[in-house]
Amino acid sequence: MFNKLQPMWLVSMRELRDQFRDWRVLAPMVVLTLGFPFLMNVFANQTVDFLNQFGASLIVERFVPFSVMIIGFFPITVSLVVALESFVGEKERGTIEPLLNAPFDDWQLYFAKLLVGAITPLIASYLATGLYLVMIHREGIALPAPVLLFQLLLLTTAHAVLMVSAAIVISAQSTSVKAANLLASFIVIPVAILMQGEAVMLFWGNEDVIWMAIAGVTIISLLLIRVGIAHFQREFLLGREIDVLNLKWMWDTFWSNFRGGAQSVGAWYRKVFAPAFRRTLPAVFLVVLVTGVSVWMGYDWVQTNVSDVLANAPAEEVERLKENFRELPDLAVLRGQINAPFLFFNNTRAVALMLLAGLFSFSVLGILIYMVNIALIGGLYAMLALLGMPAAEIYLAGVLPHGILEIPALLFGGAAVLYVGAGIVTPQVGKSMGEVVIELLADWAKIFIGLILPLLAAAALIETYVTPGILVWALGG
Amino acid sequence: MIETHDLSKQFHDFMAVDGVDLSVKEGQILALLGQNGAGKTTTVRMLTALLEPSRGWARVAGYDVMKNGHDVRASVGVLTEHHGLYMRMNALEYLEFFGRVYGLSPSMRKSRRDNLLEYFGLAEAAKRRIGEYSKGMRQKLALARAMMHDPGVLLLDEPTSAMDPESARLVRDEIARLKSSSRTIVLCSHNLTEVEALADMIAIIYRGRILLQGTLEELKQKALGLPEYTIQFAGAWDAGRLELPKGAELLEKTATSLKVRVEAPREVNPQILKILSSQSAPVMAFQEEARTLEQVYLKIMADAKGSMYVQ
Repeated sequence: MFNKLQPMWLVSMRELRDQFRDWRVLAPMVVLTLGFPFLMNVFANQTVDFLNQFGASLIVERFVPFSVMIIGFFPITVSLVVALESFVGEKERGTIEPLLNAPFDDWQLYFAKLLVGAITPLIASYLATGLYLVMIHREGIALPAPVLLFQLLLLTTAHAVLMVSAAIVISAQSTSVKAANLLASFIVIPVAILMQGEAVMLFWGNEDVIWMAIAGVTIISLLLIRVGIAHFQREFLLGREIDVLNLKWMWDTFWSNFRGGAQSVGAWYRKVFAPAFRRTLPAVFLVVLVTGVSVWMGYDWVQTNVSDVLANAPAEEVERLKENFRELPDLAVLRGQINAPFLFFNNTRAVALMLLAGLFSFSVLGILIYMVNIALIGGLYAMLALLGMPAAEIYLAGVLPHGILEIPALLFGGAAVLYVGAGIVTPQVGKSMGEVVIELLADWAKIFIGLILPLLAAAALIETYVTPGILVWALGG
Repeated sequence: MIETHDLSKQFHDFMAVDGVDLSVKEGQILALLGQNGAGKTTTVRMLTALLEPSRGWARVAGYDVMKNGHDVRASVGVLTEHHGLYMRMNALEYLEFFGRVYGLSPSMRKSRRDNLLEYFGLAEAAKRRIGEYSKGMRQKLALARAMMHDPGVLLLDEPTSAMDPESARLVRDEIARLKSSSRTIVLCSHNLTEVEALADMIAIIYRGRILLQGTLEELKQKALGLPEYTIQFAGAWDAGRLELPKGAELLEKTATSLKVRVEAPREVNPQILKILSSQSAPVMAFQEEARTLEQVYLKIMADAKGSMYVQ
């Protein structure tokens, strides 16, 4: 094992030495590492003084961990330059070929770049954080609790690994440093948004949620590393053709995959759709499991959290809530509120959103959206039961008629997203990453157009014209 | 040491290399000649397991390039078109790094490094940053890197292109020495004089296909026909009664010279001399009409393009 790691270490150390000889990398890192904590310290003092005037000690207490997270983040963004140019920079300077000609395995080269890309930002980040903690300690401001501090350290590390692994993927797939730097916004902006969410969690002060954030960021990082290795091919790194954004080629590839040479709709279903559907079957089975878990989670969450709220709520509030639910089986009201195109558009948008979120997170966020939608079914059932209403009857009459089509449509949508995500992280020799993504998107489109849209259209019609009638018939009388 | 069959590489709809068959034995130098973009670099990249062939196979140093890429890369030294030097390093650090990459022991690294730097005249500049080197020095260092692990197979792309005549001579001598010590070398070059001096075998590649390959003599014969010889006399001599042996054809006759085309010079030329001697011809010189590799190359390329710009 050591022999396998040694070449990786060799390349990393050479590059690290090279970095520390480059003032263009060093100068901003030193300024950010040493200068930013001072600035943040001054700002923290001002904020603490200001908040103390209003006795907002809780916000002061939560402000410090937030500052630590920010302090750790900034050096990572600057050091990202190193990771971004790891492969493409060497390609531009013409130094990549001797390295590719050397007896390294692909994973050794990839991890060497990942290691050197992560070491620098992490060193800078830890230094800046340490310096800041020393400063606030000397100012007499209370340090965060050790567990929180440990969480922040892990979170900073996870951020660094996430950003660096994404940057390495970009670097290995880009053809110029300029393009890689432009694509860096796809890293910095999502991570900045992610950090806004994490900042909310820090102010909320829920440790469990922070653990979940660490786990989530780590999972995405690992998936990114997997993607990077899966699509790292010496051949495409040297190829000239990958630097051309060939829209015609992209469309032709998509269309030939989507159409598959079929001459009629029937032939398309038999020869093109059916194989694509078969390919998604493992994902379908997995999403069936996820569906069960999600329904149970929604049910359990409402049972655990809402029952206490209902028990402590004033009786008139609870009564009003029940009234609202009882008013549901009013056909005139229902028909006024829902129409088929709206329902169809809404559900289609949800499936498309799942794909969009899934594309940028290797299906993780797409599946999360699916889980939230499905969890609502369990949650609503629990809510009805808690209010003492006939939940089973309401579901049989109000959900089942159209749900029998709508839920499978969402399920196939979730499965297709999972299939696309799994496909992206799976090595496919002889194909560029672009080819792989286009082929996967073509498969997704086959499922979407061939199966999901018809199901959603039928479900929307049933929900508009059939379900309300059944609901009134079953419960209204 | 290097063998390929039907080696081909397709990039989308472009066939970069098409059905290349090569065989280079231990201690042989094969020169790969062709225009820019003819497929030389793609062929070399397939031989180093950097590119995966779309069709056919290649074995280098006994390893299949598709199945044993790691072993192929460990057995081959490559001088690429871009020298791939790290400008912030010095030559010592650079060779040390690659010595370690190829798993050489510390003592071996030191001796190889010092010897190569000494040989290529870089010892004095060894501690200077590579960024400060001249073009020629960089090329010599890149060549030293390719030779650092003493590989059995060397793939050299334009090894002397940026060098002054003295350095180029040094490199040519080293290539000749490597050949004599049983290394297998593929040389991509536009310097035809250099190729003529070094190569045992020559392959001319055009649009991904090998147009012609063989020894220089075979190429000359295939491209330019049978060799022609001029026989110069010390004074006027009547060649009217001369009967040439089988395999020789008289092309031109003057009072002081003859020009003949010969099928098998090894056998026929001594016979011609014998006949001339028996007839007391005052032979002053018997020499082959000069036919350079450049003529061969230009003729083949002209034929390939269907143009007639070659005289």
